[in-house]
Amino acid sequence: MSQGATAEAGHHDDGTQIKRIWKTFWILSVITIIELGIGLSIYTIHKGDNPNELLVLMFKGLVCILTLAKAFYIVSVFMHLGDEIRNMIMTIIVPLLLFVWFIVAFLWDGNAWKNLKNTDAGSREYKEQPQQKLPAKEKGHKD
Amino acid sequence: MTTATAQPTTKLWSGGKSPFNVSYGKLMMWYFLMSDAFTFGAFLISYGTIRFSQNVWADPNHVFNAFPFMGHANLPLAFVSLMTFILIFSSVTMVLAVHEGHKMNRKGVEKWLVWTILGGLAFLGCQAWEWTHLITGEHEVLVNGAIQSWGTTVTHNPWGPEVLFNGKEVATPGPIAFGGYFFGITGFHGFHVFSGVVINIIMLIQTRMKVFENRGHYEMIEKAGLYWHFVDLVWVFVFLCFYLV
Repeated sequence: MSQGATAEAGHHDDGTQIKRIWKTFWILSVITIIELGIGLSIYTIHKGDNPNELLVLMFKGLVCILTLAKAFYIVSVFMHLGDEIRNMIMTIIVPLLLFVWFIVAFLWDGNAWKNLKNTDAGSREYKEQPQQKLPAKEKGHKD
Repeated sequence: MTTATAQPTTKLWSGGKSPFNVSYGKLMMWYFLMSDAFTFGAFLISYGTIRFSQNVWADPNHVFNAFPFMGHANLPLAFVSLMTFILIFSSVTMVLAVHEGHKMNRKGVEKWLVWTILGGLAFLGCQAWEWTHLITGEHEVLVNGAIQSWGTTVTHNPWGPEVLFNGKEVATPGPIAFGGYFFGITGFHGFHVFSGVVINIIMLIQTRMKVFENRGHYEMIEKAGLYWHFVDLVWVFVFLCFYLV
């Protein structure tokens, strides 16, 4: 009930509670700025002559991890889920674990679909169309 | 509050005990948000599937590089970071409103709710500008050997790979799914922001009418806050899927 929440708030000193909120705000802001930095690095790498695809992939993975960190702070501090009883946290978090399977399965399927189209279901080698090579190089000078 | 303990305990959930030590309304808000998370998750995963099935996709750094009043300046990610910070900030003001509610400070709740509503409206304004810019901003596209001018809509995607045409670089049509997913998912999120603003306005009116003060607690503000933070949470993932990667 709400008396539980009030008792909870009563435990913390008013000042510490406010400090915790602003601290979370700064954490979220700093993570977002790091994400933007990575996003701009990916942009710069793509503009270069020989984009390092592995590096781009690693950067993208890093941005995903940072996003999960942001989600954790929003849910646990702003939504006060971290202050709730453990069993309640579990009833929210455990069903969301289905997403792990969803994401892996569906992205895998999308990728398989692309390979099937590119190779006529494995009956021929995939040749990259020449037009795809053009933009990255020429565009670099323009922007 | 103190009055609740005086009531017969069977009233709590009619079972005599409140599981998880939260009220029925708050728990159900959490379960609603969980189901809403699955809806957004399904949309984003579907977008990911289609994107993984394509050889080319629209490069977000080229599509989203404009800023109001900056003309044709190339500013990748700038405007969307402004939108992100607006939403994070309005989340902070909302949690401060909830905090004032715990202290039974009506004036404090009103002040922070007003800031939250303003943040929400600012975000919606930004989104309206972004959509208008995408839909009306026309780009040259080579279609069947002739140049056409296309905006970014659910039926037209001018962000395909570029080719040389008469000695000039021209874009070709990109995957048509881009517009549908972008406008569909950001639109669904924008609709959540809009309903969040409406809910917050109702909360502000009720606070001013001393509804919660007379009730003895501000739990409704907490529930509205949960919804508002969820909108911010979804944006974190929309930001990742459409603008960053």
